[in-house]
Parts: sequence; structure tokens; C-alpha cells
Amino acid sequence: MEQKGNVLLQMRHIDKHFPGVVALLDVDFTLRQGEIHALMGENGAGKSTLIKVLTGVEEFEKGTITLEGIRGTFINRSPQEAQERGISTVYQEVNLCENLSVAENIFIGREPKKNGMIDWKQINRKSEELLNRLDIHIDVTKALENYSLALQQMVAIARAVDISAKVLILDEPTSSLDESEVEKLFDLMRKLKDNGMGIIFVTHFLEQVYEVCDRITVLRNGELVGEFEIDKLPRVQLVAKMMGKDFDDLAKIKHYQEKNDDKEEQGIVEANQIEHIGTIKSFSLNIHAHEVVGLAGLLGSGRSELARALYGADKPDSGILKFNGQVIKVHAPIDAMKAGMGYLPENRKEEGIFADLSVRENIMIALQVKKGMFKLYTKKEQEEFTDRYIDALKIKTADRETPVKQLSGGNQQKVILGRWLLTNPDFLILDEPTRGIDVGTKTEIQKLVLKLASDGKAIMFISSEIEEMLRTCVKMIVLRDREMVGTLNETELSQENIMEMIAGGEERE
Amino acid sequence: MKHVKIKMNNHTFLLLITVLLFIAMYLSGILLFGDKNFGRIQVFFNLFISNAGLIVVATGMTMVLITAGIDISVGSVVAMTCMLLAWMMEHKSVSAISALIIVLIVGTAFGFVQGWLISYLNLQPFIITLAGMFFARGMTAVISTEMISIKNEMFLSWANAKFYLPFGGYENKRGDIIFPYIYPSVVLALLVLAAAFILLKYTKFGRSIYAIGGNEQSALLMGLNVRRTKLLTYVINGFLAAFGGFLFALNTCAGFVEQAKGFEMEAIASAVIGGTLLTGGVGNVIGSLFGVLIKGTIESLINFQGTLSSWWTKITIGALLSFFIILQSILAARKQRRRAV
Amino acid sequence: MSKTLGTRVKKITEMKLFLPILSLLLVLIINVIKTPNFFNITITNGVFYGYIIDIINRSSELVILAVGMTLVVAASGGADISVGAVSAVSGAVIIFILGGGQTSTDFYHAPYILGIAAAVFVGGLCGVWNGFLVAKMKIQPMVATLILFTAGRGIAQLITGGQILYLRVDHYKGLGGFIPGVPLPTPVFVAILVVGLTYLLLKKTPIGLYIESVGINTKASRLVGLNPVFIQFLSYVYSGLCAGIAGLIITSRVYSIDANNAGLNMELDAILAVALGGNKLFGGKFSLIGSVIGAITIQTLTTTLYAMKVSADQLPVYKAIVVVIIVALQSSELKRMVRNLRAKLMTNTTEKEAA
Repeated sequence: MEQKGNVLLQMRHIDKHFPGVVALLDVDFTLRQGEIHALMGENGAGKSTLIKVLTGVEEFEKGTITLEGIRGTFINRSPQEAQERGISTVYQEVNLCENLSVAENIFIGREPKKNGMIDWKQINRKSEELLNRLDIHIDVTKALENYSLALQQMVAIARAVDISAKVLILDEPTSSLDESEVEKLFDLMRKLKDNGMGIIFVTHFLEQVYEVCDRITVLRNGELVGEFEIDKLPRVQLVAKMMGKDFDDLAKIKHYQEKNDDKEEQGIVEANQIEHIGTIKSFSLNIHAHEVVGLAGLLGSGRSELARALYGADKPDSGILKFNGQVIKVHAPIDAMKAGMGYLPENRKEEGIFADLSVRENIMIALQVKKGMFKLYTKKEQEEFTDRYIDALKIKTADRETPVKQLSGGNQQKVILGRWLLTNPDFLILDEPTRGIDVGTKTEIQKLVLKLASDGKAIMFISSEIEEMLRTCVKMIVLRDREMVGTLNETELSQENIMEMIAGGEERE
Repeated sequence: MKHVKIKMNNHTFLLLITVLLFIAMYLSGILLFGDKNFGRIQVFFNLFISNAGLIVVATGMTMVLITAGIDISVGSVVAMTCMLLAWMMEHKSVSAISALIIVLIVGTAFGFVQGWLISYLNLQPFIITLAGMFFARGMTAVISTEMISIKNEMFLSWANAKFYLPFGGYENKRGDIIFPYIYPSVVLALLVLAAAFILLKYTKFGRSIYAIGGNEQSALLMGLNVRRTKLLTYVINGFLAAFGGFLFALNTCAGFVEQAKGFEMEAIASAVIGGTLLTGGVGNVIGSLFGVLIKGTIESLINFQGTLSSWWTKITIGALLSFFIILQSILAARKQRRRAV
Repeated sequence: MSKTLGTRVKKITEMKLFLPILSLLLVLIINVIKTPNFFNITITNGVFYGYIIDIINRSSELVILAVGMTLVVAASGGADISVGAVSAVSGAVIIFILGGGQTSTDFYHAPYILGIAAAVFVGGLCGVWNGFLVAKMKIQPMVATLILFTAGRGIAQLITGGQILYLRVDHYKGLGGFIPGVPLPTPVFVAILVVGLTYLLLKKTPIGLYIESVGINTKASRLVGLNPVFIQFLSYVYSGLCAGIAGLIITSRVYSIDANNAGLNMELDAILAVALGGNKLFGGKFSLIGSVIGAITIQTLTTTLYAMKVSADQLPVYKAIVVVIIVALQSSELKRMVRNLRAKLMTNTTEKEAA
């Protein structure tokens, strides 16, 4: 029997560069037998790169990898090699074929044969045995698509376990599961752990980490922050480490903004128990004119999803939205736009820019759509509007007509910002508006946000950088694990309070 | 939430509809045209005889469709095959056997070129096979713009060969017993079908086809050689198109430019009606066989009716195809919604 | 020195209309070489004659089809291969209505306008069917339009009762031939009308912008308030209408409808025209003028091939090859392979130099 606690996998001094970017710098990672080890980190921390390096999807420049049972160090050159050495990965998108049966998915690519033909009896029998050993009792001859995503993931895990049995990497496995399904998955993980397997659990769900893991490794900006035992690390400390804050010597940062204390501010956005099944649990909030409201939370906590539910990008399954005092039905973004909302999406490449269209067209498009199908803005009007925002936002482009794909990422972001500013919305949602923008321009945009607020707009500001939200927001809504967990108003705003609310839990030692 | 048990399997469900549809149509034929001898066994056999070529082509098409691809050039390849056979045997005095081997090679090469463009250059199957369709149809005319009748003795002996069944005969006016017969082409077609069935169900290559059609990305990550499998599928399909063309030629004994027009749609319709999903990953050749039989039955019904124009066959097939495509689309949408809950 | 020349060449090749204009020039040059009097235009009885006139005349139907096809490709990244069959259906409709269903007649059995309206309407109806399947039911465009591609001619045959119907009315030939007193053939004007109307629509309304947006980035287009399903649906309806109009011209030329041959093989020509026009077959930005030039180029090519004694049935071979070449050149896989090859060759030479 394997000794629990023995070192199973050791990665040392791993360096990995992409052109112009340091992805991993001198990172160590240790996995022991019979443990569930969480790998955590915010955007750009390097978690997925570390896994890719381990499993042979990416190459690396420096460092060593050793595995118990294999002499010396090795390098995996492909996922297949990794599998042969005993390291398997199960991804969030369950990379199986739903049209095939459960049994076949487990054995595809390595089907047992009899007389040169595939032996279905054996496949069915063996896969049923395998699943039974893992406490999963289902009909293995049915197509995978008949089963819930949770069960599909467990089949994927069963396949991985059968092929190789030493290290199992679970990459964001719980993102699409509900609570009971997560529990089932955890039962399976504990069972595998008891059999001596080492499991790397890549996730951003705070609660789950504390529920099922033994150890945590935290990465930040490509470097190792540390490896910790779960019962020796209070949640708040974990959050602090992930965000790069030293919890103990934080000064309370207070931010004062000009405000009319006597006037009751006009409510612009009033959300009542809005929910989008699968992405964001029921939430209610109020945003007033002149307010900049921030959404704080770890990566994957549901911030963008909340914004999308408000904007109609994901049509809400329930709830009532009042805008400027009127109840409005938002079935699609056009409804939100017509009411007076604007939305700058998080992923500008996939959801923001029209790569082949010109700067002018990219800026004009939202305003044009609002105008309808028949009336086109005159060339003069278009040029005027475009130039206005090229100047105001200092967009670096050769020409109005340059295809926007030729602009730098930061300038593309400015184009999208200009697009929405042009529509003069009462409520503007900005999801990571300063990502990929140089420091000087970041400040400009933050100042612009403040100005828009003082002009009477309501703004929702989502950012992974707490400082810039603190600089601009008067209110903070906090999310954790796809749920809104609280609101901090102006007097309560501080990094400490934010992180505490994100962390949740009972300890405050 | 509807429980899965009642629906059995979505796929078996579709196949069941197909089989029932065939039985219903055939029975109605017997009811309506019993007096015209629709009930004779020969009528049933004729379904196979007239459509031996289609059975083979539909088999190949099924495989391509399962990979989530498509090949609309097969009708033109059939025409090109017939013309090539006729031209080689009649104008170049090539022996029947050699001519057969040559067209099979040509078909396979054709499939290889298309498959390579689709699989290795990642070009859309539809555009490539559309070009292939026009290329092959044009080549048919290049070989000869006029009809060529096949008079080659060996070939004709194949075309006229019959296997008689020792039972099921009827008495004709002169008092002789006429036994039902089938052509060897039917036997060949069914052999091809059986081979395809075994290939798809019992070989790694066959299962890879299903995997790729179901989720190409997953198949790749599971270590399957996606490119090679896809290429091979089109190669086999090209071979089967040529072989189907040969069986077709046994029926028509001629090559002409307009031949087999719309054949590709009949093949696709047979597969789709037989339960093959256009989106890939699902399909089986037995269902496609029934799809062919349904098409044959519709043709027979219209024939027996006598007054309806033969174009009604194409329209009915088109309508059936539309119905099944839309049905597939609705079932797929319902599945998506079910899973989101 | 070579660097600036290189960048200059690059600039020219990246011009939007580079491919169509180059192709047209090539084909024209070949023709001039073979037929020195290719560009001659003569006037007889107040009507223009000449090779050029003939080409522009005969390309009219194709130009109209290419207009519809351009929008379909741009909005949905797919093609409408039913256009040939739909033009046959619309042709059948008008001849049937105007001819009162008779096999041959020499007077109108119904008002001319009614026939025209019905034929175009039927074309649009086919477009609605296609649009429904593609935009709403999310079926692949080519599969969805494959249905009418095959069944369409059957429907046309039904209308004509399986025969060729003749409408021997002088007035009817006007659309496909000449209007008395006008020096150019009428189809040219119809084509100009359709192109002009579409051009106006695209320039004076935001529809062109919307089509491009939907084609380039469907997700983003939804987020700026567009309805991609509706826009794609409209593009198919438009293509159906164009096919309907094309059917009018086709039947008018021969004052009859032959459901088997009307519009035969024109779908490939239309797709080819769009591709030759520099439009990407996977959708997005498009150029209407490019497609028009592409259509004229193809017609010229057809004329050239006819002159070389290639029969109508054999033409598709050459066109198929051209389509494959253009599509292959647009393929990103091919570009990647070429890049890898070049990198390999370069490392080989540098290794040799180092050695």
C-alpha cells in the first residue's frame, strides 16, 4: 500500500516565458500521495501555465519535474506522454464525446479486442466494474449525453483514473455544477485520495477549497507566493495572499467624494431578485445617479455574470428590473440599450470589437443601432462623433478608417469605451475597462468615470484591482462563488473590509 | 422534466420512426394497389434492385455525415463513373473487369483529393464537395457529351444475371410459375452494407468516426488521429461512390451527362431519414438502408398510381427530408434546454 | 530599394478590389489576344452590337444572383445553393400565370404586372423558407438550401406540368431582349436597377453595416443591440427575391420556361462570382461591386471557353478548379503551412551559412 504523505510529484524552479511575458518565474510545486492540493491564483497568476507545462501542452525553459516511481527528471512532450507517465487531466469542458456510450468513452482509443474486432461485452463489463469501484452506479451502455454534467465529469475522471493512476489534475471541475453535484464529486475525490492518489484541484471557489483540500499553493503574477496547509491558513489570509496584500499592515483607505447629503438621489437601477440559472444566483441591488458602484470578488465569483444579467446579455430567468423608476423587460441587449444602459464587455476581442471594421464604424455602431434600421447617420455626423472620442480618449490611430484590428489592445479598449459614451447612457457597466491599458491612461479613465458620475450617470465598475475601484467607487458590492454576499457603503470602504467580506467564513483570528 | 426512460434513446427513437414509416408506407401500398399486384414479393425485391447503387452510396454518405462532414459530389461521381465505364468499354475496348478496376481507382483518388483539402487544409466540406460535384459533372461531359450505350458482352451478362428464389412465385397467364428474383448487384450492395456495419461498430477506425463527429476537439485530446480518420472517410466514400456508380450502370447500361441528377440528395435524405444526424456523431447504416427503402417505396407508390408525375418523388423526398431535419433540430434544442436546468 | 517595392506591391494586393479587377483584366486580355476586334462596338438600326455588349447582356442574371449571394455569404458565412432552382420556379410561375397554363399561347391571360409580382413574390417566399431553416432552426446554410436545390425544380415541373411552356408574346420578350427604341438590351437595365437599388440600400441605410457586423462577430453584434437571427433571415429572403428576378429575365429571353434547364448551374457561378469579388466565403466584410465585377468576369470566362469549343456541360470543370484554388488560398491552414515551410527553409540556409 502506498505511504500517505510521501512526495509524489515535485516541480522545481520552473521558468516559462512567452514572447514579452514572464508566465512562470522560479516556481516550485509539490504534491504528496493521498492529498487533495488546491492550486489558486488570480488572472495571470500562472496556474493554467503550470498545469500545461506539467502535462506537456507547453514547453518550458528551466526547471525539473520528478515523479515517484520514475528515475530521474523528465519532460512531458504531449498530453499522451503525460498520461503514459501517470498524470491525467480532466478539464472543465469534460472532453468526452457525448454521443458515445459511457463505457465507450472510458475505453476509446484503447478498446479491448477479440479476434480483431472490438469486444463490447468486455468494454461494458470493465467500465461498470470501474465505476462501481468508485461508487458510481449507472447504466454504462447509455449515451453520455443522457447524464448530467456532474456525472459526465465523474466518467471523465474514471477514464483518467483507469488510464493512469498516480496524479489527477482537475481543472475547474465545479464551475458548472450545483451544490449536490459538487458534493458527489467531492465524495469521489476523497475516495481516490484514500487510494493514495494525488489530486491537483485548480479552482477559484473559496468555500470548496476549504471543504475538501489538504493543502493550497498560491501563485501570483507568475511567482510562487507559498504553499500552505489548509487548517493553518485563515480565509482572509488566503484572499490577501491571492490579491498580493499583506493583511496585517494595511491602512484603512478612505475615499471622499462630493456628494449632496441632503438630496435623495434618484434611483436609476433597481434590481429585484434577478437570477440567471447556472451563472449567477438571485441578487438584488440599487444604484443611484452620481454613483459609481464597484463589484468586488475573486475571479469567477460571478461579477461579469451579474452585469450580463442586468444588461440582458444573458436573459434572466427570474426577477424584476426597474430602470429610472419604470419596470422594464430586458430580453436582449437592445432592450437595455433603449432604456439607457451601456455595456463594455470583459473580453474585448471576442465580444467587443469588430476586427475588420474601421475605428469609425466600431465607435458608431451602438448609437447607430439605437437609431434603427433605416436612418443612417450622415458622413459628417459620423466623422464628427468619431473625432470627438478619438480626441477625448486620445485614441492612437492612423486614421478614422483604419481597421480596428490594427490598433493596440489598449486603444481598442478606448474605441469600445467611446462607442458607449457616444450613446450617452444613464447607466454604464464597465467590465475591466482598464485591463491592458498603460498606467497614464488608466488614471485618465478613472478620472473620466468620476466625471461621468458627477454629471449624473450611474456607473458599475468591475475590476480585479481593488485600488482603482477604491479610488472611484462610493459603494462596493461583494460577490463570492457566484453569489452576491454583501454591500459596503462609503464609510465601510477599505481593502480590509472588502477582503473580509470576500473571504466570508467565521474566523477572524 | 421528462424522464429519459420513456424516450428510450433519442437515436433509437428516430430509427424506430423510420422503420415504422417504411412499414406503414409499404402496407398502404398493398392496400391501395393490391389489385395491381403490389403485394407480390417481386415488388419488394424491386426496391432493392432499382436502388442497389443508392444503398452503396448512402452507406458511404452515412459515414461522412457521422464525421459531421458532407459530400454532395456523389451524384456527379456516379454519373462520371457510368460514363467512364461506357466510354472505356465501347470506345477504347477496355475489358469490363479492367474498366471496373479503373473507375474504382478514379473514385478513390477523387475521394482522396477532396478528403485532403477538407481534412488537412481545413476547408469547408460543403464548398469543396460542391466544387467536386461540378467538376465531376463537367468531366462526364468532357468524356462525352452524347449518350454511350454499353454493349460489352461481359458487362451485359453481369447486368442480366438473376438469382431466382425457390419460393414465393406466382402463376402468370400462361400457367407458368414465375419465381421472384434479385440481381447480383443487390447481393453486392448488401455485402457492402454489412462490411460498413462491422467497420463502424467493431473497429477502432469506425468508432473514431463517431467520436470525431460527436466532438472533434475531445477526440483530438483523447489521442485520436482526427486528420487521418477524416481523410480516410472521404477516401472510402469516393470508392463507394464509384462502386455505387458501377451498380447503377448495371441497371442503366449507359452513360449520359444528365444521369443521377439529384442522387446526392437522395443519399443524404436516406441517411437523414434513417436517423443520421446532420450535426454528426450519430448514425447507422441500417437506418440508411431503410431510408433507401422508403424512397423506393415512394417511387413505387407513385409508379403504381400511374397518373402522378415522377417529379412528385423528388418533392416528397424533399418534404420528408425537411421534416426530419427540422425534427432533429427541435430535439437538439430541447436537449440543450434540458441540460441547462 | 526592394523593400519599398515590396511594400508597394503589398499595398496594391491588399486593396479591396484587387482580386476582381485583376481577374477581369486577365480574362479580357486573353480575349483581346484571341479576337482582335473584341472591343468593337457597332450600331445597327439604333441598337448596339459587339462582344462586350453581349457579355454584359448575358451576365445580367448572374450579376443579380451574385448580389443576393453576397449578402447571404456576408451575413451567415454560408451559401445559398438554391438560387438556380428558385429562378426556375419563379420563371414557371410567371409563364404559367401569363400563359393561363397553356403549353403555347400568343396572348396574355393575366395582367403583366400580376405575373411579375407573383414571380418575384414566390422567389421571396423561397427565401423565407431558406431563411427560416438557417437563421431560426440553425441548420447549416448549404444543407438547408440543398433542399430547394433539388426539390425546387420538381416544384417548377409541377407548375409546368412537366412540359416546356411557351409564351409567344412580343411584349414579353421585351424584358429579356430589347425595348423598342432603346439601344441596349433590357436585362442590362434590370441588372443595373437591382445593383443600384441594393447599393442605395447598403449606403443609405445602416443595413450594410449591420450585415458586416453580424458576419464578423455575432456575439459582439448582439451586445450592441443587433438581432443576428433577423439579419441573417433577411439576407436569405433578399437572395430569394434576386433569384425571382433572375427567373424573369431567363424566361423572357426565350419566351418560355424549361424547368430542367432554367438557371442551371448558376448557383456555382454565383458563389464563384462572390469569391472572385474578393469576398471571404466565411462571412464578414463584403464588397458588392467586387461581386458584380466577379460576375462579369465569369461571364467573360464562359464566353472565352465557348470560343475554345468547350461545351456548356463541360464548363463547370474549369469553374470548379478556380473555386478550389481561391478557397484554398484563403485558407489559414495553407498560410500556416507556407509559413512553416519558409521558416524551415530559412533555418536550413542559416545553418548552411553558419557551417
